[in-house]
Amino acid sequence: MSPPSVKSAVPPALTFSDLSKVFPDGTHAVEEASFSVSPGEFVSIIGPSGCGKSTLLKMASGLTDISGGTIDVDRNSIGYVFQDATLLPWRTVQKNVELFAELHKRPAGDIKRLAAEAIELVGLKGFENKYPKSLSGGMKMRASLARSLTLSPKVFLFDEPFGAIDEITRDRLNTELMQLFVRNKFAGLFITHSISEAVYLSTRVLVMSARPGRIIAEFEVPFEYPRTQSIRYTPEFAVITGQVNDALHEAYAPIRKAFGDTQTSGQTTDPITGRLGASNRLPGGKR
Amino acid sequence: MTTQLVNDIFIEQAAVTAPQTPKKRFDAIGVLGPLTVFGLFLALWYGGRLLLKPYKRFVLPPPHRIFTQGFGDKIVREKILAATWLDVQVAVVGLGIAIILGMFIAIVMAQSRTLERSFYPYFVALQAIPILTISPLIGSILGYAKSPRIFVTVIITIFPIIANTLFGLRGVEDGYHDLFTLHGVGRWRRLLTLQLPAASPSIFTGFRISAGLAVIGAIVGDVFYRQGDAGLGLLVDVYNSRLRGPATWACIITAAALGLIFFGFFSVLKGKFVDVWNETKS
Repeated sequence: MSPPSVKSAVPPALTFSDLSKVFPDGTHAVEEASFSVSPGEFVSIIGPSGCGKSTLLKMASGLTDISGGTIDVDRNSIGYVFQDATLLPWRTVQKNVELFAELHKRPAGDIKRLAAEAIELVGLKGFENKYPKSLSGGMKMRASLARSLTLSPKVFLFDEPFGAIDEITRDRLNTELMQLFVRNKFAGLFITHSISEAVYLSTRVLVMSARPGRIIAEFEVPFEYPRTQSIRYTPEFAVITGQVNDALHEAYAPIRKAFGDTQTSGQTTDPITGRLGASNRLPGGKR
Repeated sequence: MTTQLVNDIFIEQAAVTAPQTPKKRFDAIGVLGPLTVFGLFLALWYGGRLLLKPYKRFVLPPPHRIFTQGFGDKIVREKILAATWLDVQVAVVGLGIAIILGMFIAIVMAQSRTLERSFYPYFVALQAIPILTISPLIGSILGYAKSPRIFVTVIITIFPIIANTLFGLRGVEDGYHDLFTLHGVGRWRRLLTLQLPAASPSIFTGFRISAGLAVIGAIVGDVFYRQGDAGLGLLVDVYNSRLRGPATWACIITAAALGLIFFGFFSVLKGKFVDVWNETKS
């Protein structure tokens, strides 16, 4: 699978066009965001806290109204994974994973089978009858993923799913999620604060500015899938994370200005090509 | 010798780590502590009654007489049994009505802030009315037999049920609601699959409080409404006025036991249906 070339051939599963969001209190959360995600593409968005990344996902799923622009997506085929696993504590793992199929009134036999498959896929076999209180944070997240997998959504939205999980577990969950992506070829849109996580998982990384959130840079990640943890320690990986880091530095500019910091972005150069790090940035940061 | 010692150490360690469910050790403090306090209490009782003027000592009969002349007396025993059965009926029916009505009211109020804001102050006010002040009115309307006693029980027990159910239903985190919204779940289904189970720890807390109050309600009702069969409240009053200390105390102990049984029943239910999954113990 070579994502960049496939991308243009497959019609996008999720398209944002000039999307804006202004909250009733006047907060300008998102400004003219335009991008699309095709099946088999995994796009990460990284940016300062409170820059409207989560709002983007909420608009995509219909949880929040949009103020301007359009979204093109099949709302019946969205999987949405929150930062919190949001498992129902009174249901066992099995019953939690069955929830969505149950809410969509699938036949009883299907519900059981879909749940069993998803549980097997995320490696929770043997934990079916445990209540969430006896699971670790990583296992809860796996159960949450399994729950979303049962309906085989074409579009997967991830709102910092591993934000509260320790780094070792996080790396493992990254690999597992990447394998699920390779297997199911959904269109993934992933919000994170971790540059390394974004680069490791994604076909593309988008950098969003501080509020009002705009997409100010875009990076293609050329590594083939399935990826291994070892790519994290290659020079190419370091170059891309460096570039993302530079763009992110710029994204924080308005915030830094507010704190009176005049230091300019420390640009990294690509040790192989000698190009300036931020060369991949969209012209003028999208217009 | 040394080997033997080493072995012993290992065996001991194995014994400590091996059993998955540790054997319940005899809980010395948990058993001996309360027993000691009970002993002290009895001593105080036997001693304390001697401080009373002789003609008042009927109030504190020697504890053993509660069993010989109270529970031991066949007529007293039969009267207490009949009265207890009556109070159980009043408490169960009253609590049942309060649970059904109270949960219904809470569920309705949980549907809209407007409804909640309009009605809730009146339930708080209902809770604040001293039952003594309206008991004559209740009697004038419902008579003086069993139904006013049930009514009093309902009034005393309904508020904790409304308040705790509402608190539980309202307390469901936004993330869960988002989850259900994403899947197009309607009001009714959301109530049954999300809100009620999520509220159940709080609902059971309300049940437990109200269960204890139900017994109090039934007995208070006995004292006010004296027509028909006597409940424990009336029986206590009658025995006390006849200076029958042991019989009076037999009634008091029975009433206390009844309250504990009601409370215990809902504690057991809570343990069975809530504590198995609930992370925060209450």
